[in-house]
Amino acid sequence: MNTDETPWMIRFDKVVKRYGDNTVLRELDFHVRPGERVTLIGPSGSGKTTILRLLMTLEKVSGGLIEVDGECLTHIRRGDKRVPADEKHIRPIRRKIGMVFQQFNLFPNMNVLRNITEAPVRALGRPRAEAEAKARELLDMVGLADKALEHPSRLSGGQQQRVAIARALAMEPEILLLDEVTSALDPELVTGVQDLLRDIASSSDLTILCVTHEMGFARDISHRVLMFDQGQIVEDGPPEKIFSDPAEQRTRDFLQAVIQT
Amino acid sequence: MDWSWDRAWEIAPELFTRGLAVTLQATLGGAVLAFTLGLALALLLRSRRPWVRLPVRGFVEVVRSTPLLAQLFILYYVFPSTFGITMSALTTGIVGLGVHYATYTAEVYRSGIDGVPRGQWEAAVALNLPRFRTWTGVILPQAIRRVLPALGNYLIGIFKESPQLALITVVDVLGLARILAAEDFRYLEPLTLAGLFFLVIAIPSSILVRRLERRLEHG
Ligand SMILES: Nc1ncnc2c1ncn2[C@@H]1O[C@H](COP(=O)(O)OP(=O)(O)O)[C@@H](O)[C@H]1O
Ligand SMILES: [Mg+2]
Repeated sequence: MNTDETPWMIRFDKVVKRYGDNTVLRELDFHVRPGERVTLIGPSGSGKTTILRLLMTLEKVSGGLIEVDGECLTHIRRGDKRVPADEKHIRPIRRKIGMVFQQFNLFPNMNVLRNITEAPVRALGRPRAEAEAKARELLDMVGLADKALEHPSRLSGGQQQRVAIARALAMEPEILLLDEVTSALDPELVTGVQDLLRDIASSSDLTILCVTHEMGFARDISHRVLMFDQGQIVEDGPPEKIFSDPAEQRTRDFLQAVIQT
Repeated sequence: MDWSWDRAWEIAPELFTRGLAVTLQATLGGAVLAFTLGLALALLLRSRRPWVRLPVRGFVEVVRSTPLLAQLFILYYVFPSTFGITMSALTTGIVGLGVHYATYTAEVYRSGIDGVPRGQWEAAVALNLPRFRTWTGVILPQAIRRVLPALGNYLIGIFKESPQLALITVVDVLGLARILAAEDFRYLEPLTLAGLFFLVIAIPSSILVRRLERRLEHG
């Protein structure tokens, strides 16, 4: 049946994204294999967040298409035409994708446990007891077993971000999107969250797309680094190569600037 | 004319049983309708479909730009003959107050909904939460919490406006005070008592609303 199964977990095909007359991505092509961990680096405004938001369906493409696990996320066929996908088409595909945000975005009207169980119960139809057992396992994994009934606002930023990570994992995604997840944290809380993500990355077969300015973390976590500038891939390679011996001047300039700050 | 304690004691029981019952029914009934219908209007006003949104917007504008009293008269005198809809005076008053104030609470809910950070919507999408559950489980609880003080102020407003129902023959505390005054042309005691009654309810309510405001601001 699945003889022509695609080897790609994520495929961007000539993706264009415009805001008004500001073209953020122009005909961007790239592919990510299942289980591959890719870090996007590049100057602010180069379109990294936009890429994650397009995948999460928080934004719509202006052109081109995106495939996830062999299915088109952005379009459906109607007759012999391709038209923008509707919510009904998107839902089962989006189920495979989870995202952790820079600002955590926990639900302030729910306690920690409820934040984690809400989507499994409401979106996947899991029985509450099962969802809670799973949520407690995840809380244990992120080191917050004793905070299940706490209100998010009573947690530190680092703890909130751990909850957000647990919440994303509770949906059992195949792809995890991380957008500068430690940028909003106090410096002393950064390593804890990074260590957690390193553990998750190495002990799972999640496909990860990660935007970060922490080059040490990027080096540890990723199989591959994509250097972006002005919505285009400037350089694509393994972290050892990109960080030690970049081929492109723009990559060198960028890395120089990041190290200095 | 001197204040007569005897007269005050004489009328107080009736004023604060029969009159009070009507005032409270009008206020609470009107508020429940204003709070629920207002939410419905707020949601309809956000509809992407112009044929839903525009008529609702028109209705809201018309109701807001005409006096409550005109609406009460129309409900009470025009609806029965023209549309064959007959309600008791009190029910008419509750509907009038409720619909009138719904057009204001709709605006309150709108600002509350707009005030929920975008990140909340985005987290709901990222978690694949169904749209309905996003509204009922994430957005509305946060929006309503933000606007509780504003709704409280409208509750007090409805309370203070409820004596207007006298003009469609509803006898509330103030209306009853007038009737009692007409018995012996002593206006001082009944109107003072009625006025005090409104003060005694409205002032502590305003203080409570302000407290609530402060509590919500601080988390
Ligand atoms: N909602 C938006 N409306 C208009 N322009 C936007 C919006 N989001 C992003 N942009 C623009 O898109 C470009 C890329 O932004 P972004 O993807 O956030 O970059 P990065 O994450 O690499 O810093 C920037 O020029 C930014 O101003
Ligand atoms: Mg960004």
